[in-house]
Amino acid sequence: MTDLAPTIPLISDGIAPGAADEPAWLADLRRAGLSVYTERGLPTVKVEAWKYTSLAGLKKIPFVLDDGRARLPDGGDSDALALGPDDALRVTLVNGRLAGVPADLPAGVRIASLAHLLATEPSVVEPHLGRIADLADAPMGALNAALMADGLVVLVAPGTVLERPLHVVSVSNTPDGQARHGHPRHLIVLGDGARATLVESRVSAPGAADSLCNAVTEIALGREARLSHLRHVERADTAVDLDLTEATLGEGATYDTFTLTLGGRLVRNEARVRLRGGGASTALKGAYGARAGQHFDTTLVVDHAVPDATSDQVFKGVVDAGGKAVFQGKIIVRKDAQRTDGNQLHKAMLLARDAEVYTKPELEIYADDVTCSHGATVGELDLNQLFYLMARGIPEADARALLVEAFLDDVVEAVPEGPLREAFLGRVRAWQARRHATTWETS
Amino acid sequence: MALLEIKDLHATVEDDDGNPKPILKGISLTINPGEIHAVMGPNGAGKSTLSNVISGRPGYTVTGGTVTYDGQDLLEMEADERARAGIFLAFQYPVEIPGVATGTFLKTAINARRKANGEPEIEAVDFLKMMKANAKKLGVADSMLKRPVNVGFSGGEKKRAEVLQMAMLEPRLCVLDETDSGLDIDALRVVADGVNALRTPERGMLVITHYQRLLDYIVPDVVHVLADGRIVKSGDKSLALELEAKGYAEFTGAAA
Amino acid sequence: MAATQDTIDRIAEASGTYKYGFVTDIESDKAPKGLNEDTIRFISAKKDEPAWMLDWRLKAYRHWLTMKEPDWQKVGYPPIDYQDAYYYAAPKSKDDAPKSLDEVDPELLRTYEKLGIPLKEQEMLAGVAVDAVFDSVSVATTYKKKLEEMGVIFCPISEAVHRFPELVQKYLGSVVPYSDNFFATLNCAVFTDGSFVYVPKGLRCPMELSTYFRINEQNTGQFERTLIIADEGSYVSYLEGCTAPQRDDNQLHAAVVELITMDDAEIKYSTVQNWYPGDSEGKGGIYNFVTKRGACRGKNSKISWTQVETGSAVTWKYPSCILQGDNSVGEFYSVAITNNAQQADTGTKMIHIGKNTRSRIISKGISAGRADQTYRGLVRMLPKAEGARNHTQCDSLLIGDQCGAHTVPYIESRNPTAQVEHEATTSRISDDQLFYCLQRGIPEEDAVALIVNGFCKEVLQTLPMEFAVEAQKLVGISLEGSVG
Repeated sequence: MTDLAPTIPLISDGIAPGAADEPAWLADLRRAGLSVYTERGLPTVKVEAWKYTSLAGLKKIPFVLDDGRARLPDGGDSDALALGPDDALRVTLVNGRLAGVPADLPAGVRIASLAHLLATEPSVVEPHLGRIADLADAPMGALNAALMADGLVVLVAPGTVLERPLHVVSVSNTPDGQARHGHPRHLIVLGDGARATLVESRVSAPGAADSLCNAVTEIALGREARLSHLRHVERADTAVDLDLTEATLGEGATYDTFTLTLGGRLVRNEARVRLRGGGASTALKGAYGARAGQHFDTTLVVDHAVPDATSDQVFKGVVDAGGKAVFQGKIIVRKDAQRTDGNQLHKAMLLARDAEVYTKPELEIYADDVTCSHGATVGELDLNQLFYLMARGIPEADARALLVEAFLDDVVEAVPEGPLREAFLGRVRAWQARRHATTWETS
Repeated sequence: MALLEIKDLHATVEDDDGNPKPILKGISLTINPGEIHAVMGPNGAGKSTLSNVISGRPGYTVTGGTVTYDGQDLLEMEADERARAGIFLAFQYPVEIPGVATGTFLKTAINARRKANGEPEIEAVDFLKMMKANAKKLGVADSMLKRPVNVGFSGGEKKRAEVLQMAMLEPRLCVLDETDSGLDIDALRVVADGVNALRTPERGMLVITHYQRLLDYIVPDVVHVLADGRIVKSGDKSLALELEAKGYAEFTGAAA
Repeated sequence: MAATQDTIDRIAEASGTYKYGFVTDIESDKAPKGLNEDTIRFISAKKDEPAWMLDWRLKAYRHWLTMKEPDWQKVGYPPIDYQDAYYYAAPKSKDDAPKSLDEVDPELLRTYEKLGIPLKEQEMLAGVAVDAVFDSVSVATTYKKKLEEMGVIFCPISEAVHRFPELVQKYLGSVVPYSDNFFATLNCAVFTDGSFVYVPKGLRCPMELSTYFRINEQNTGQFERTLIIADEGSYVSYLEGCTAPQRDDNQLHAAVVELITMDDAEIKYSTVQNWYPGDSEGKGGIYNFVTKRGACRGKNSKISWTQVETGSAVTWKYPSCILQGDNSVGEFYSVAITNNAQQADTGTKMIHIGKNTRSRIISKGISAGRADQTYRGLVRMLPKAEGARNHTQCDSLLIGDQCGAHTVPYIESRNPTAQVEHEATTSRISDDQLFYCLQRGIPEEDAVALIVNGFCKEVLQTLPMEFAVEAQKLVGISLEGSVG
């Protein structure tokens, strides 16, 4: 693995120093990933799955591989960067490295650093790592396999219910001003009947330099297991955040996600969910707000491999001047996956000139007894609604803000009621307030 | 000859797990030309199953007994053959067929009959005349005939359209499956008048209903009480009134 | 060929316009097998083309050599050997053709009967070597005369190259450039013939123009080229194809159609495509790789595509509209039926450039047997498309559990005042619907045809009347054997 082609970006500075005594299966995993990546390189718009999101710009940034030494900035508080206070168990990752494990975990729940487990108990992760995600057609995911050094491992034993949400705050930090790339790898396994809520905040430390976070999360849900996965992405304008989540669901399992993306130069949230057991169900929902210089990409694939599973995708987003949003959603219904119920909706609002949105909602269906639909709309604020509010004396800017909030809040309601939903709504309001202020100043 | 003769009919339907579930457990009844028979019974007694088995709906398995229609073995016939032989089912829940105008649908059905009988297709003018005359009688607006089959029809419109189809297709045996459900009193009267107009000495009817109310308007010759897949009592029209007064429990021997 | 030649002579006499063009070369040999610059020179020489036409063909050919056959579409077919084909051939000699209908696929004959096609026409469609083929010749020439008097030009494009070179030079390749895509570029290099229509300013063409009225039609099949120009304030409705399944010995078809509308002009282009789909395994069926595109150049202009696609083994086709003129309108109405082993990847592109441009897409896809069908569409709102609107409705119906139906729409918006709405559904014929029809005495195959026709109604009703009736019958016939 030493004679790397220097022309392929991101691996020219060497690969993660895998321990010399790494188990063979792990070395194989890395080798396979490296081979996919070196063959395909950085995806360009010529690759269908990346048609609207180019990574060509990454070549120009002199990234070095993160060395794992970065810590939270002095006095840094991950709370302040994340969603805000909540009643969750808190785990912090800096550049993908686990910075501590909460004490007093309930029995049956194990939270550990991937690096630690690979070094000490590789057999714990071996049955799952690299076996949930199929990275043959995902060059960036494959690069992650080659370079992964650390990440979060959550194992919930069968029948165990994790009452408090687990809040993972992923901070990217570049204390020395050097552009860094890192490849966190997370593994979430819920045994039969287990339940958990996972909250993820992906943020940047103040003043961070260019960064690339190329994460892969593998999720396996056993029979009747339930995972609620809530994500808040608000990186700095210097950050490129590529996230690939692959989940497989057993019989009767439920995987519900909500993703709110409000910050980052380029953010791609890619999720592939495989429904492998009858009665499995997934709801992939989210909202985004993109402004100048930001490019947010949501790419979803729901794969109905068996009969009687249900899926629902709902995303709403607003794009301000100079912002760009991409939504690609796909429902695959395999042969024999009868009685599938699969739906998808994407609604985007362009708030100003020079805003762009690209939508590709796809159905690929090989079974006849199915109910599948998709809908997509792109437009501006409803001028009738705007006029109605103004006719009631509300100034135009306030009325616009109100309508944008209402548009997004509608889907934020996918977050279960309580402090978490309030926290998410709070982020939407803060985004809107900032936008409002800027508009005010410049107009 | 009897128009319809059912002897010891047993039938099952597949439950959600794919296992056969017995619904009809030995039904016998004979309808002669000109007679109206009412079948009453609580929910789950097998009333709709009986109408579905007579009309040949897929998903029902006859496990015993015979059904003879006009001397022929009805169970050997496909659903569309039965219909062309003169069996008409007025659906409890008429089905929507988007994009197919009610008029077109009826013409297709009439011509399917004619073709099977080796007759030429109906003349467009004759068809229109016939449809308009029938529609008028049933208070069905011309505009409804241009709308797709049952699409966007109100509950009352759907039932009226069923009776209109019945009048147009001139069946020998009419099976009315809870035709009164979802109708207000005015609509019920219109529908019942339409049905009564079709009473002839040659035609038989099987009226399936949960309530006695419909039988005030369509007066039956024979009333059967169906419970748990069996006919537990038969009698004349007074049986319906008795049933109304005492409730089903009296007849089924259980809380129905 | 005596009688055929006689027919041609009669037409030539009547219209006085067949001096040039492929007709005079009808008895010539075919070009040698394979594709190279000499083949193209041969074709051009046979057609006695001016130098600019040959230059354009050669430019296209040289560009084609640099292109790769597309592989993104969701269809599969064995590799095509472009050197193992003839690119110019006079009509087949009678020796190779079936001698009588007895030698023709009985399935095909059964379909002709169902559609009520007269015996003579059956022979013509099946490619039987018959003598007098054109019963409708006198009708056709009468219409042609009438059209010419009104100033409508409607003739083979090879003829237009000679008679109206300035129009052809100005517009040919102006919507689908020679470098557009692999199959269109190939067409530019080797096209044999097709229709040319020019409707002058302010004229509403009083009759549907149909390839049916255009003579010597049979041999333009493989690389057909059509160019229609509607000048300011004019209107024309053009019908292409025919409901009867047509056979062709050339498996690869790569046609190009270009439409141009000036201010306030409208073109309505209707197609019924029923090329031979092959046997139930798809063997021997036509590959139909078509590029159709219209440019609404003028303000308030309109282009409307309606297609009923039931034939071919493989269909690859995206009739599109470039909405340049302010307030211009693009429409795409499509019914695509695939049965047995047929594959279709079809849809449209609506490119909104001008202000207040409008587009409407209604696509109804029916997949049965082991067929695979994809709707692929693009709606693009460019930054200056102020107030533009698109509505797309895209419905798929599956019949049986061995087929596939796929929807791949691309929606791109760069103008906040533009509105795009896209809806798609996938369903099957419900057991309840089928039983309801059966209970009214309608046999199963007729019931399926009835329900599917209902499903397609919004599209079929946009077809010209006589076409619509035939298309309805065709829907039923195309789905035969798909249930039960």
